[in-house]
Amino acid sequence: MIHPTKPRERGAAREGLALPRGPRKGNTAYALAASVTDPEMPMLTLEDLGVLRDVRESGREVVVTITPTYSGCPAMATMRDDLVHRLTDAGYAARVEVALSPAWSSDWITERGRQALRDHGLSAPGPAPRSGGPIPLTLMPTARAVACPQCGSDRTELTSEYGATACKALYRCSDCLEPFEHVKEI
Amino acid sequence: MSHSAPDPNEDHGSVYDGLLGTDTSQWAFGTDFEDPLAGVDTTVPADLDPAELAAYCLALGDDALVLSHRLSEWCSNAPDLEEDIALANIALDLLGQARLLLARAAAADPSVVPTLPDGSPVPVEDALAFFREAIDFRNVRLVEVANGDFAETIARLLLFATVRLAAFERLCAHRDPVLAAIAAKGVKELTYHRDYAGRWFLTLAQGTDESRRRLLDGLSATWPLYAELAAAYAAGAEVDVVLDQVFAVSGVDRPEVAPMAGRGHTEALSRMLAEMQVVARAHPEGLW
Repeated sequence: MIHPTKPRERGAAREGLALPRGPRKGNTAYALAASVTDPEMPMLTLEDLGVLRDVRESGREVVVTITPTYSGCPAMATMRDDLVHRLTDAGYAARVEVALSPAWSSDWITERGRQALRDHGLSAPGPAPRSGGPIPLTLMPTARAVACPQCGSDRTELTSEYGATACKALYRCSDCLEPFEHVKEI
Repeated sequence: MSHSAPDPNEDHGSVYDGLLGTDTSQWAFGTDFEDPLAGVDTTVPADLDPAELAAYCLALGDDALVLSHRLSEWCSNAPDLEEDIALANIALDLLGQARLLLARAAAADPSVVPTLPDGSPVPVEDALAFFREAIDFRNVRLVEVANGDFAETIARLLLFATVRLAAFERLCAHRDPVLAAIAAKGVKELTYHRDYAGRWFLTLAQGTDESRRRLLDGLSATWPLYAELAAAYAAGAEVDVVLDQVFAVSGVDRPEVAPMAGRGHTEALSRMLAEMQVVARAHPEGLW
């Protein structure tokens, strides 16, 4: 049985699921793979993060295809191990492959994933920058409308474009003064 | 001797054994090597020369690997915690690009990979990173010289990220789909690197007398190596536009310093590799 997933085009509306998927049943390999969570942001499943690209099931053999969020993200190795572990426990012979193209975009985080981020005190990414033409240099702090996930205030300030993981920037709320992390747009 | 995940049933496996119970799947980050190109079709297109493609990917990979190592030397040494984390993140992005590019080079032309003892479990990307001599590295000299102070590191990062981003934007249309995909991913990361370096360049240039003095010194020290970098990446007018924009807003003139003579490498690379490679070379049959 094949459950192909195909990333939608960049710039499409962010409402709903970013990664349309094929049909699936209760306890298929897809459902198992889709339930594995990101090791750094465990409130997100790999499906909600948008890194789960394909699950091909043939008898008891399963090939899962994932895509890296950032070239050097060390969580990829853990995701691979967790996928193999989860599927092996369910009696599958599992293998994980990599798809490099198209490159992952934060636009692929599902609406459910965005809500999960907010529920856990993280700020979800805005729309990823469009490509086309030379990429402009930005010497001012990145302009984002970021609301504090703790108190909802719009008065927030960027502390650093880089945070504890490759995918996050550091912010601080000017009202409740709490620091928080923002998942970056790429 | 091999270094595999410790057996939690052994008395002296590891101090972390008790944390795991009998579940070894969660040992550190993974339990064995993960091929960054697993499942990717690495067939070289018929109209490309595999040896040329491998040499090109090796050069791009070595630049990323060497600068990644230099940037990682800032870990716990940067001016403040935010910059420490930022430089470490940029180093991590470049390390990821290096892994993909070295693996792509090895898949295109296996003869570039150094020979290791029979039965060695060292994967090809590690063989390339840790078991080549300095003379076999294809990186430009700009990435290998010592960091200098924070201002000099920023000046180097601005030049490198600007030139590499422009090249990667072009490489997205490369006839090798693997290199094109690596470039497309790298473009997104390098955009952040260039913005980061550009902002700090401006901040230091327009900050205090001392920060401006250090930035100008750092730029002058780096500039002799710029010509080699620009040539290696076939930097065009689009690079000059970006650099001139940063220089103009920072009130800085392009340095009038002659390019460094010669080619190949400086002594700094040998010293850096000695530190980077020593553990891997001590255990050529080690599994990490």
